[in-house]
Amino acid sequence: MPTGNHGANEMRSCETTGLPVCLNAQQFIKLNAVCAVVFLLIGAIAAILLALTRWPAVHLLSAEWYYRTLTIHGLNMLIFWILFFEIAVLYFACTTLLNSKLASKGLAWASWLLMLIGAITVDVFILRGKSDVLLTSYVPLKAEPGFYLGIILVAVGALLGVINFFCTIYIAKRDKTYEGSMPMVVYGATAAAIIAVVTLLHGAVTMIPTFVWSINPEWIALDPAWYRITWWGLGHQSQQVNVCAMVSIWYFLSSVTVGGRPINQAVCRGAFVLYILFINLASAHHILVDPGVGSGWKIWNTSYAMYLAVLASMIHGFTVPASVEVAQRYNGYKDGLFGWLFNAPWRNPGFSGFFLSLVIFGFGGGITGVVLGTQQINIMAHNTLRIPGHFHVTVVGGTTLAFMALTYYVVPMIFQKEFYCKALCRIQPWLFGGGITVFAIGMSFAGSYGVPRRHWDVDMGGSTLFTGFGSGAHVWLGIMGVGGVIAFIGLLLFILLVVSAVFFGKSNAGGPMTPWHGDTAIVAPIPHDAPHETPGTMILVMVLLVSFVVYYFANWKWLSDVWHVR
Amino acid sequence: MSIYQPPADWFKAPTGSERTWVGIALVWCIVMSIMMPLWHFKGKQNSSGEAYRVEPMDYAKRVMEFIAANQVGVDEGTMRPIVAPAPGSDVYLQAQMWQYTPIIKLKLNQEYRLHLSSLDLQHGFSLQPLNMNFQILPGWDHVLTITPTSTGTFPIICNEFCGIGHHGMTGQIIVEE
Ligand code: HEM
Ligand SMILES: [Cu+2]
Ligand SMILES: [Cu+2]
Repeated sequence: MPTGNHGANEMRSCETTGLPVCLNAQQFIKLNAVCAVVFLLIGAIAAILLALTRWPAVHLLSAEWYYRTLTIHGLNMLIFWILFFEIAVLYFACTTLLNSKLASKGLAWASWLLMLIGAITVDVFILRGKSDVLLTSYVPLKAEPGFYLGIILVAVGALLGVINFFCTIYIAKRDKTYEGSMPMVVYGATAAAIIAVVTLLHGAVTMIPTFVWSINPEWIALDPAWYRITWWGLGHQSQQVNVCAMVSIWYFLSSVTVGGRPINQAVCRGAFVLYILFINLASAHHILVDPGVGSGWKIWNTSYAMYLAVLASMIHGFTVPASVEVAQRYNGYKDGLFGWLFNAPWRNPGFSGFFLSLVIFGFGGGITGVVLGTQQINIMAHNTLRIPGHFHVTVVGGTTLAFMALTYYVVPMIFQKEFYCKALCRIQPWLFGGGITVFAIGMSFAGSYGVPRRHWDVDMGGSTLFTGFGSGAHVWLGIMGVGGVIAFIGLLLFILLVVSAVFFGKSNAGGPMTPWHGDTAIVAPIPHDAPHETPGTMILVMVLLVSFVVYYFANWKWLSDVWHVR
Repeated sequence: MSIYQPPADWFKAPTGSERTWVGIALVWCIVMSIMMPLWHFKGKQNSSGEAYRVEPMDYAKRVMEFIAANQVGVDEGTMRPIVAPAPGSDVYLQAQMWQYTPIIKLKLNQEYRLHLSSLDLQHGFSLQPLNMNFQILPGWDHVLTITPTSTGTFPIICNEFCGIGHHGMTGQIIVEE
């Protein structure tokens, strides 16, 4: 076993896993994770206000505050919560799992401070009331310069964190703290980090000129079409960072909760490579009904490029549950096709959160994403509620829920604090996952009636040319509202449980964490040569495929009924 | 085990059901890749993105001339002009905070070249209840070659955020036999 490169008193050995924990990394994992949860709370307060505004029977906020709150929600959730959490995940993956120390403490401070200052700047400027431009800030809509500056600071801070990650990989390799190939989870995290660099560069290319323009529009002319293309180079790819991080976490949780191991590492790793290579171009699916970009370009970018990334996701959609099935069968749950699944540790929020995230992302997010991103079908979806209906089952029901599931291990192992109210912890993933699924279904169906996203009033402010959407749309908006309230309760519960554990929880330092299920907190890995039987997973993915095919062709059918256009 | 180092011989071709699934997934991705170009040639609904740069002032002028040449009435509720352009002709729709001008009367099953542009911010063109959606950008004349295949009154609503009056931004297309 190679030795680590830690100095004296720079590491501790985790009492639960026996893995080495770099104390510097631990400190920054904590700092970033705490900030993540704070911004999640801000985003959550905005979320419930928005859900209660788009629910026509409640229609809570004024128009002005609806758009302001929407701006707050998009940025605090999609950017701040996710980025802070991901930096924490990166620090964990490159140190503990590679048996290395963190490359630079200074860089970690700089990264954290810049991100924090940037995020606070953005929020302050939004609340000043002159930056109601929503997440995308499409020019010529203009915010105050401080808004763009804040985003630039966050991006630079995140970039420094990613650089620290690569430096750590470098010194781990140099100091030979590990031998051979890196573990799968680190591999996936590396894929995320590579895409993150490309993403953040697009961010710079978009945001720096926009910042200059916001100071004085005379200085620089911005083309709205150019802005949309480069902005989505940032906006879309950052979602792929999230997917990579989420899939890595799935592998991690499959491993610790049931002892799972990927059947074939070459396949899983190959799928990550497909993400890196092909996702960059798929940002075209946000501008499918835009002027100025031709059909050829749109089709090329969303077909060849996107579908190879889709292939990667379909592969993980098999390999992840298969890793669970193989492990469960090996551990004795052999009954029938689904005995392994029924007897899975559903009481363990680390497992239930992980598996629900997998199912919600696959069945909800994956299928809708590919269909809505089909060039022509997008005509029936662009800027309707079908779009947020889609991404609330990817980045919320998928990524956010996976991050929550991981947190049920991060708090006891990194913060070394025990959760209170374990029973509430056990139901939290169900509440959140269930709520957001209902919410997204409501949204998607309302969207298929044409209800727009980012829109304060489905009754069109009393316009005489359109008197509003019918009762069908209203029913779905009501379902969306109910789902939103349930998801909000699940989210708030998560925050309360985490905060109470981190700040007031009982310390478990000096011993292993209390297991969520069974006798040991970490289930022993199954051997390499365990039999690879996955009949249950095969059925699951075939159900997925059939749903996919039906939904896909149903959409083509609906499309064929509308006016002709070219 | 994903958190420990893999065995040295991890680089292997997939086998069994995993291999089957990768194959099936690949085939499905290819089918989806073919559908788009196929529909482009065989299907009737495509977004070709045909567009030309245009200064907002010039576009406003074109719209004015277009209205002057084709006006057939005025909508009483909004006082906006109603135009009835000839089948096959160019039709100009102007988006600005927060209305679309003019109101357009079209004939069923006739082709028109519908031009969309904005005088100020980005706007959306969302035709209800068909739920057909296109993007409108200032500085770009976005041309849709459309053929209405149903009759009735079709509201246009804005579905790109364009400021505080966004939710009241509407227009109309009327299709007659
Ligand atoms: C309790 C959970 C949540 C609820 C109830 C909720 C609700 C909503 C609602 C009602 C909207 C407005 C849709 C519209 O009117 O166009 C929205 C938008 C959005 N949400 Fe959430 N959300 C939740 C969690 C999240 C999370 C965790 C994320 C990200 C990780 C997220 C990302 C977004 C984004 C990016 C938008 C679009 C913002 C924009 O259009 O500029 N949401 N959400
Ligand atoms: Cu508008
Ligand atoms: Cu608008």
